[in-house]
Amino acid sequence: MISLAGRDILHGWGRFLLTGLGLGLLIGVTLSMAGIYRGMVEDADVLLKNSGADLWVVQQGTLGPYAEPSSISEDTYKGITGMQGVARAANITYLTMQVREGVRDVRAMVVGVVPGGPGEPGQPGYLIAGRHITASHYEAVADVKAGFALGDSITIRRNRFRIVGLSRRMVSSGGDPMVFIPLKDAQEAQFLKDNDALLQQRRRTMDNPLFNRPGVPGLLEAVIASQTTNLYVNAVLVQLKPGYHPEVVTKNIQRWKQLQVYTQPEMRSILVDKLIATSAKQIGMFLVILSIVSAAIVAFIIYTMTMAKIREIAVLKLIGTKNRVIASMILQQALGLGAIGFVVGKIIATLWSPYFPRYVLLEPGDAIRGFIAVMVISVLASTLAITAALRIDPAEAIGG
Amino acid sequence: MKFRTINKKVLRLLAVLVPLFLLFVYVALQSGPLAPVPVTVTVVEKKQISPVLFGIGSLEARYTYRIGAVASGRIRTLNVEGGDVVHAGQVLGEIDPVDLDEHLSAQLSGIKRSEATIKTTEALLHEARAKNEFAAAQAKRYELLQQARAASAESVEAKHQEAAIASASVSAAKAGVNAARQELASLKADYQGMVKQRHNLKLIAPVDGLVTSRAAEPGNTVLAGQTIIEMINPKYLWVDVRFDQLQTAGLKAGLSAQVTLRSQSNRIFSCSVQRVEPLADRITEETLAKVVFSALPVPLPPVGELCEVSVLLPPLPAVAVVPNASIHRVDGLIGVWIIEDSKLHFVPVRTGATDRDGNIQILGGLKPGATVVVYSKSELHAGTRITIIKNNPKGIPL
Repeated sequence: MISLAGRDILHGWGRFLLTGLGLGLLIGVTLSMAGIYRGMVEDADVLLKNSGADLWVVQQGTLGPYAEPSSISEDTYKGITGMQGVARAANITYLTMQVREGVRDVRAMVVGVVPGGPGEPGQPGYLIAGRHITASHYEAVADVKAGFALGDSITIRRNRFRIVGLSRRMVSSGGDPMVFIPLKDAQEAQFLKDNDALLQQRRRTMDNPLFNRPGVPGLLEAVIASQTTNLYVNAVLVQLKPGYHPEVVTKNIQRWKQLQVYTQPEMRSILVDKLIATSAKQIGMFLVILSIVSAAIVAFIIYTMTMAKIREIAVLKLIGTKNRVIASMILQQALGLGAIGFVVGKIIATLWSPYFPRYVLLEPGDAIRGFIAVMVISVLASTLAITAALRIDPAEAIGG
Repeated sequence: MKFRTINKKVLRLLAVLVPLFLLFVYVALQSGPLAPVPVTVTVVEKKQISPVLFGIGSLEARYTYRIGAVASGRIRTLNVEGGDVVHAGQVLGEIDPVDLDEHLSAQLSGIKRSEATIKTTEALLHEARAKNEFAAAQAKRYELLQQARAASAESVEAKHQEAAIASASVSAAKAGVNAARQELASLKADYQGMVKQRHNLKLIAPVDGLVTSRAAEPGNTVLAGQTIIEMINPKYLWVDVRFDQLQTAGLKAGLSAQVTLRSQSNRIFSCSVQRVEPLADRITEETLAKVVFSALPVPLPPVGELCEVSVLLPPLPAVAVVPNASIHRVDGLIGVWIIEDSKLHFVPVRTGATDRDGNIQILGGLKPGATVVVYSKSELHAGTRITIIKNNPKGIPL
């Protein structure tokens, strides 16, 4: 039996392939959009995963440290370490800022970690080059997305740091690359004012008669010294001993330390439902619109392809071809077009995804769902063309 | 002919579709969860490592002299500025003595008056002695006259009384002289005391040194004890260095160290640890130590400049060593990913000391000769497909 669809495709194979290619680009954009959405959620997930924490202890009444500013005393961790069920507790600071390297600057999330060695909470999980921080000052491990190379010297506030290691997929929920530096340097970076501001502050303090009393030598110096010290961190990351339930430890810390504690699911909910909710919805909305537009375009392409063959279909009808055969021909062409479109779309989405500034996660599940959607849309779109084809009057073959 | 045309078209279509399908399969296998993760590996070696302790500190003077007033007063003169080199004993400035000089003049006059008083009392003593000698001679003479019955007993007694009175006058005159001398000594001592007080108002350099700050100006009123001039001895500089307590194992006096000044980051100064302070900083959780230069930097850097200090510890005995990038934490356990029979396994290990280059000792759980994963392009799990990239010390290419 001759395949009518196959013969027709062979008849105009170039046009068929080009149409499939165009459709593929559209599907590629749709798949990429889905990948961007997945990437945003994944960024939030890796942030949690990379911190290596089971619990986040933050300032009472805040959603810190990622969604809101939080500051707690740096010695809080001592009390937490001693609580039942806590295996390790480590101070950490997060600060999104511009990191300078030579003449350029990069937006990065500077993470201050206790240089206690790999595997401690807050440390970068895996490296792709270099080593972990070994000195307690002036060394940094940066995410490769920041564009720094090993041995580069970067400037954070007034101090220079040497890049000793590179990591990958260590990003903030906003997609900014992370730069890990020792905690004490990070505390300084977070709370240290610039030199002009310090001088102004000193001048104001000197002019204040309360602090600059002639009868109390040394008071002014003491006040100025107290203004430039910082003993705060943003959060304490807690790892639990095996067998302890996070909820129990959370309740204990909240009750006895008067601090806010979040478990992993709670922190994920803060990040995904609160921090990236609006932008994720925005992308999601755009994805829905793009899917509708893609479906409409597939339908129109198949309809136009069918309409271009009115005369041929009329001849087929005239020679007594059954409607089933004609419908099958159109359906097969639509499915073929959808399949080529999907293959092309998947290929180009994969090829261009590394060049996106933010992470694009192309999940196999999404690809399968996309394939089913493309096939369903092709079937639905072909019904319009089939209806039109079946209505063609055989007389048109010899008419007009 | 027609068959051949169709065949040609089929071939053309296939020429496009087959590579497209192959590309699709390749893309599906090289990205996403099916793709193998590129890793680099290293073989665990047994070797010595020399841990390095890293701390930061500031350049400080070992001896700082804060020179100030011992009594409240107003500054009259200051002869030095910050940066001046001064010598021991040099007068750096002076507190206004107010009326102390006038008091000194009065005291001096008092001394002179007292000296005159001494002379007066000495003259009186001479007079009293003369009178006493005459009275004693008279008394003796009248005694002889009485024996010759030429004088009455009454007149003899009168002469004896005169002699006793004259003798008492001599004693009184002697006491007067003594009192006057004591008075003079007292006045002189008072005077000396005031001279010392006057001298005390001068600000004097205790040692040869360098003036580091001038905290007040002439005309300023200062309290007793308030610093006016601060000076240091530039021959004795050291680095007041702080080490994170996590990294102070093995720190002790006598170890050699390298110091880099913030202003001269390309120069390394050879130093040694003078002492480790017995008291640590409880707030910052740091151990404090003092590091001295083998030879002082020339020119002398400003005191208070930030320094980076690396203390070199003696090499540790050779044990299994891996790069610290290969240490991971999986399900609460610290360990490494090893490759056995082309398969990935996680092995928990016990880690030891680390050196500056990121080599970490493995004290248990791993033997030399094992192949461990150092870098990986993504997180590893048991059963992850991997592809080993060889001979790439720079890490994973991207």
